[in-house]
Amino acid sequence: MNLSKVDNIIQDYKGNPSSLVMILQDIQEELNYLPEPVLNHVAGKLSLSVGHVCSVATFYSSFSLEERGKNVIRVCDGTACHLRGANLLKDEIVRALNISEGQTTEDKLFTLEVVACLGACALAPVMTVNKKYYGQVTREKLLATLEKYRQKDSCVLSEPNDSKKTD
Amino acid sequence: MTVKKLTEPDALAKYRDSLVASSDDGKPCVLICGGTGCRAGGGLAVGDAFREVLEQRGLTEKVEVRMTGCHGFCEQGALVVLKPAGLLYVRVTPEDVEEIVATSIEGDGVVERLTYREPATKKRITRESDVPFYANQQRVVLADNGRVDPTNIDDYIAAGGYGSLAKALTQMQPDEIIDAIERSGLRGRGGGGFATGRKWRSARNATGQPKYVLCNGDEGDPGAFMDRSIMEGNPHSVLEGMVIGAYAIGADRGYIYVRMEYPLAIENLRIAIDQATQRGVLGENILGSDFSFNVKISRGAGAFVCGESTALMASIEGLTGEPRAKHIHTSEKGLFGKPTNLNNVETWANVPVIIDKGVEWYTSIGTENSKGTKVFSLVGAINNTGLVEVPMGITLREIIYDIGGGIPKGRPFKAVQTGGPSGGCLPENMLDLPVDFDQLTEVGSMMGSGGMIVMNDHTCMVEIARYFTDFLRRESCGKCTPCREGVLRMYEILDSITAGRGKMEDIDLLEEICGYVRDNSICGLGKTAANPTLSTLRFFRDEYIAHVKDHKCPAGVCQALTTFIIDEKTCKACGACLKACPVEAISGGAKKKPAKIDQDKCTTCGACREACLFDAIMT
Amino acid sequence: MDMIKTTIDGREIEVQRDRWALEVAREMGIEIPTLCHHSALEPYGACRLCVVEVTKGKWTWLTTSCDLPIREGLTIRTDTPAVIAARKTALELMLAQAPDAEEVRQLAEQLGTKSPRFPDRNESNACILCGLCVRVCKVVTGKMAICFSNRGTDRKVGPPFDRSSDECIGCNACVDICPTGCIESRDEAGIRKIPMLKTELKLADCEVCGKPFAPIRQLEHMQAKLREKFGDDFEAGCICPVCRREQTAARLHNVAEKIG
Repeated sequence: MNLSKVDNIIQDYKGNPSSLVMILQDIQEELNYLPEPVLNHVAGKLSLSVGHVCSVATFYSSFSLEERGKNVIRVCDGTACHLRGANLLKDEIVRALNISEGQTTEDKLFTLEVVACLGACALAPVMTVNKKYYGQVTREKLLATLEKYRQKDSCVLSEPNDSKKTD
Repeated sequence: MTVKKLTEPDALAKYRDSLVASSDDGKPCVLICGGTGCRAGGGLAVGDAFREVLEQRGLTEKVEVRMTGCHGFCEQGALVVLKPAGLLYVRVTPEDVEEIVATSIEGDGVVERLTYREPATKKRITRESDVPFYANQQRVVLADNGRVDPTNIDDYIAAGGYGSLAKALTQMQPDEIIDAIERSGLRGRGGGGFATGRKWRSARNATGQPKYVLCNGDEGDPGAFMDRSIMEGNPHSVLEGMVIGAYAIGADRGYIYVRMEYPLAIENLRIAIDQATQRGVLGENILGSDFSFNVKISRGAGAFVCGESTALMASIEGLTGEPRAKHIHTSEKGLFGKPTNLNNVETWANVPVIIDKGVEWYTSIGTENSKGTKVFSLVGAINNTGLVEVPMGITLREIIYDIGGGIPKGRPFKAVQTGGPSGGCLPENMLDLPVDFDQLTEVGSMMGSGGMIVMNDHTCMVEIARYFTDFLRRESCGKCTPCREGVLRMYEILDSITAGRGKMEDIDLLEEICGYVRDNSICGLGKTAANPTLSTLRFFRDEYIAHVKDHKCPAGVCQALTTFIIDEKTCKACGACLKACPVEAISGGAKKKPAKIDQDKCTTCGACREACLFDAIMT
Repeated sequence: MDMIKTTIDGREIEVQRDRWALEVAREMGIEIPTLCHHSALEPYGACRLCVVEVTKGKWTWLTTSCDLPIREGLTIRTDTPAVIAARKTALELMLAQAPDAEEVRQLAEQLGTKSPRFPDRNESNACILCGLCVRVCKVVTGKMAICFSNRGTDRKVGPPFDRSSDECIGCNACVDICPTGCIESRDEAGIRKIPMLKTELKLADCEVCGKPFAPIRQLEHMQAKLREKFGDDFEAGCICPVCRREQTAARLHNVAEKIG
């Protein structure tokens, strides 16, 4: 575990314990999740109780204490998406990847998250893969998108090229 | 680039004059919507394409390309507006750019196929200002959203930005500012509708230093993105409001709390803070005065409850977002135990407008107790999904039909939900209700932060109550018994009704628990958590009863209580439903043979019904 | 001192401004049930059993009394039908949440709460998430050797990351303060065991009688705290409470004889 990166992040916030939430965000951005030893380290560095860090890390839904897949799929279940079939979309992903909400596929390629609202209501139902938006996702579109990421990951690890129109 | 700091109020005015003088009104400008919605629809690529094509044609110097904030007409993204003609092109792709440049920039023609076509009349409209979606709005807070480049403070200054701050610093005493805000009747746009001026005054009168001024950009309501669009599209309007507020209250520091799901808003705010500090309209000795105000961004980490003031402050302090009782107001003891004033994004953005245009002008808009405009995000079963700003007092019908263009595919309207998970669902006979704080509260909903979700006959109102209650159950912080345990029990009952296991006495128990949760929870999340359930019980009780007594979901949504059948006479055998069915339960549907559902395989998910172009699938 | 008048259950009294309504009412002999309150800790307002009905001007509302500071113009009633109904529902919800919480069951019986109309949330659970243990730990140790994890209905109390915590000194404060007795502690063969916290700490032997009496870690913690106060030379000694009392008694006896 490379703790120097973690220390740099803490340094960015001048080791201020009231910046805990943002420090954890930056660490997760760096490491993909929040490993327990890192959280213990953060507690020590910020002179906070481990219990305090544990409470915060488990309270906010964007934090993950478990390693996530290379590709994080977020299905929007905001109201607009809900009305336009977010549940169907989620069920399709569950079927296609054989994982349930919050889980990661065995090959560590995909993690499925359901989030409250991505704020792209006009494109409902919406999902994002990592930071890319996919709007008006139908069953066919979904399966094609998943396949694209599967193939992508068998060679290099990057977003499929930013296509000109939403997929 | 070193930026010249403006060290006196006059310098701001001079600088603005120089910006205006050096700009050419007649110079063609391509305004591309850079809001999250349009970006998701390929807006950035459209911008790149414009730059590329203009360079190829040697027009880079002659035509400006500007990525602006959200234009609001998200349904039609990616949006492009051409100035000075005011042409609007919708659903633009990079492939269209060459034709646009050739026809409308080099020539003075119109690319007909990219103009907006009104769904009802099928008429094409070329000018942005003629599109009913825009024509029927009154844009005050959003006025500059589609005009200025949010990453360039000079755009904002040229449009008159920070002029209100200069006016406040030079011509008004802090008490006068508070007085003006009080007389303007401005009320909190974040949900509660508390009088902003009164809030400021109590923070000003509170003893203790330092004092904090905060901006709530946590916008957690699913289906709402007003605040995001303002933070993304015109961050300086929020900053200017905060600086004026801080000056009035006597605060020297503050935070903007933004949910991390809004990366673009965070980025644009960060840029705006840097630029404003460099220009001298934020930071130390603002515009050369002895007033200083510094602001930082605090990112939320995914907790709806952090939209609540005390939870928000706990989160900024690095704690879990647990609310506390507000018997002692946050204006006395707020962030880090110090006097604190918190307003929402849209509220802050209203402040410069009030100072600039004056109380009389502002109070001429709106109703007796709700002044000014309100921004709504209009979503759901509506033709023109997007961001709308309307004067308070406009009716729901005007918003939904005149601006929103009605319900897609001519389906019947069923309900409109305002106020997100804290609000309620209003039925058709309330469409003529004037929209303001008090009217909405009176009928059991609330203004909330401005989500407006339109529902058609394919929406089950029990399921919608279940959906919101499920959301709240997940988002409750878990501190107090009523919210943690009560909302859970509400959810269980709603879930059992939608699953066909409901009993009539459950409805009574549900109502009883709703009342308990409303009256006994610590914070606003719990106190309003029953609204979706209570409002649907009030206006759509027959649907609850149909689920329980008849074991039927009239809307055909609840899977356990629905059977879909295909009407052979209406079916055109197009095969659309076959493609949509995730479990291959549909056969036929080709060669003029009507489709048929195998009920043993069917999971009644409803995908076929939504896919059907002829309304042939019925419950 | 800022004294103001207030009325509780029809009796007007003069109290110091900002005193907690619950404490004032109890001093007046009015019974108000609580489960998450302890006078040594800051008010928390989680269990909602201490609700009262407050009237100010034309407004009347229900609110908790533990965190209600008494200010001008408040009239408080602790016994209205709305108050009783709210307490009953709170207990009903807590009983379904923690069916094994004997304290809750007794209170529910006193107030006449029927058996819950909801299914049990957890079998054999007595924790009502009142947070007293978490808060007392913070006061005693300055740490959170026992903490909340997760949120909403997933909220739970336990050691951080469900692992034995180095920060637990085995002081048993959480055990003693828990209103439903759901944190168990026992000393066995020179070891203090608090299974819920996965704590197992070696006990120190009394210098006098030789019997194990308190976790070494707790004594070290106290020693450090005392040294902060009285300087680095301070030696607390390792004597169990029984022997310490005997020693003190003996000393007093000697003094008495000398004066005698």
